[in-house]
Amino acid sequence: MKLTVTVNGTDHTREVEPRLLLIHFLRDGLGLTGSHWGCDTSNCGACVVWLDETPVKSCTVLAAMADGHRVRTVEGLADGGRLDPVQEGFTQCHGLQCGFCTPGMMLTARWLLDHNPSPSEAEVREAISGQICRCTGYENIVRSVLWASRNGG
Amino acid sequence: MTGGSDEWWEGNAAVQVPAQVEYEKATSVEHALTLLTRYGPESRILAGGHSLIPMMKLRLAQPEMLIDINGLTELCYITLAGNQLRIGALTRHAQLLDSAVVGQYFAILHDAERVIADPIVRNWGTVGGSLCQADPSEDLSAAFAALKGTMVIQGPGGAREVAAREFHTGPYQTVVRPAEILIEVRLPIRAGGGSSYRKVARRAGDWPVGAVGAAVWLERDVVADVGIGLTALGARNFAAAEAEDYLRGRPATADNLDRAGQIAAENCRPVADQRGPADYKRHLARVLTARVLSEALSRAGG
Ligand SMILES: Cc1cc2nc3c(=O)[nH]c(=O)nc-3n(C[C@H](O)[C@H](O)[C@H](O)COP(=O)(O)OP(=O)(O)OC[C@H]3O[C@@H](n4cnc5c(N)ncnc54)[C@H](O)[C@@H]3O)c2cc1C
Ligand code: FES
Ligand code: FES
Repeated sequence: MKLTVTVNGTDHTREVEPRLLLIHFLRDGLGLTGSHWGCDTSNCGACVVWLDETPVKSCTVLAAMADGHRVRTVEGLADGGRLDPVQEGFTQCHGLQCGFCTPGMMLTARWLLDHNPSPSEAEVREAISGQICRCTGYENIVRSVLWASRNGG
Repeated sequence: MTGGSDEWWEGNAAVQVPAQVEYEKATSVEHALTLLTRYGPESRILAGGHSLIPMMKLRLAQPEMLIDINGLTELCYITLAGNQLRIGALTRHAQLLDSAVVGQYFAILHDAERVIADPIVRNWGTVGGSLCQADPSEDLSAAFAALKGTMVIQGPGGAREVAAREFHTGPYQTVVRPAEILIEVRLPIRAGGGSSYRKVARRAGDWPVGAVGAAVWLERDVVADVGIGLTALGARNFAAAEAEDYLRGRPATADNLDRAGQIAAENCRPVADQRGPADYKRHLARVLTARVLSEALSRAGG
């Protein structure tokens, strides 16, 4: 089937099989390898991207379901050369080690701050509770998101 | 290289992907019904896909045609209609959790939604998909059984209503026929009630080891009516009818609530699995039933 997906503001039209998962469309079809592919069972959250206005686990969404819709990936977080406050927070607070979970974490954090600019620590933990980090113990991820909320949202 | 080209599929043989399938977007409920009729039993409705796509990856489901209903915003609503709350089948878990009117009348649904999967899965999984998936551990099935809701099912010949407790016919089976769609859940609103839901899971975001929900109505200190729903515990129709019968008309004392818990436990048939042994689950049925009854009572009134 032919589909058109608007990824980070750019329309991409491709011929794909309906069974293609969104994560593979982004990574292998468009070369946007910022979104990671981990558990493949909707448990780890490494593949989280926005579908229109909502973070989703793209290993459990068909590319076909994004046809005619907008997708936002980590590549679309920065505004030109200026990092998003969330990205800045992860740098300031050492919010990553290996970085595998980071793109998904940052997209969820961005969504959280858009809806709740001053979240409590508990609210940050709840927001990222569907995403697994094997490195940081979450502490610095939470600090990074709170840093972003204090520094420009 | 384009993801999805022939070379890509050959080069990624180890990747867990669904088998080949046709796909069409439904543009209205009528259109979805027409497609279901045209393509027959090998076609499936695709809602959030959060149960169907994993099953397709594992070849536990191999539909030939997917009918995507995500564009049907007319199935995405929570509205008050007289003494009923109506929930469209495409309503996402997150919308149920965010809804103030749901929280006002049915605390049990907010309790349950807080512990269904995780926030990201809740963004996309739907109420209708949960019910039609009919997993014996689905949380909403127990909540709607406790609330004695009604499901509205639309087919080529029109709509029919089925009681929540008659909706599921067995594990992964419902009364929804191949050419039908679940379109709505209706919940009766009755004054003076309170409700609650509690779940025991191995970790945050996991399916329940066992979970129980209850709704109670008091008249003076006597239980005028009660609904108790259980999931993952092998309860018939996700309900504890014998415990309800015991409690109805009795004073709402701690002893009576405990006794109701015991009866619920005696009448369910949990099976041992990786989440726990059967007698532990039976224990959960007993204590969780007493606890949700107690909490529902503390919320009753008004
Ligand atoms: C990681 C993870 C954790 C989870 N944890 C829990 C949990 O703790 N508790 C819990 O209860 N659930 C849990 N779930 C399940 C989740 O709630 C449901 O599986 C999911 O929301 C199903 O809804 P869906 O819209 O994705 O359905 P889909 O996967 O799209 O559909 C499921 C089935 O229902 C059919 N269907 C869907 N909508 C309709 C309709 N309107 N009419 C007729 N047929 C229809 C489809 O054809 C398919 O057979 C979890 C899921 C995941 C991925
Ligand atoms: S790869 Fe999608 S949730 Fe793990
Ligand atoms: S930084 Fe390594 S998984 Fe999170």
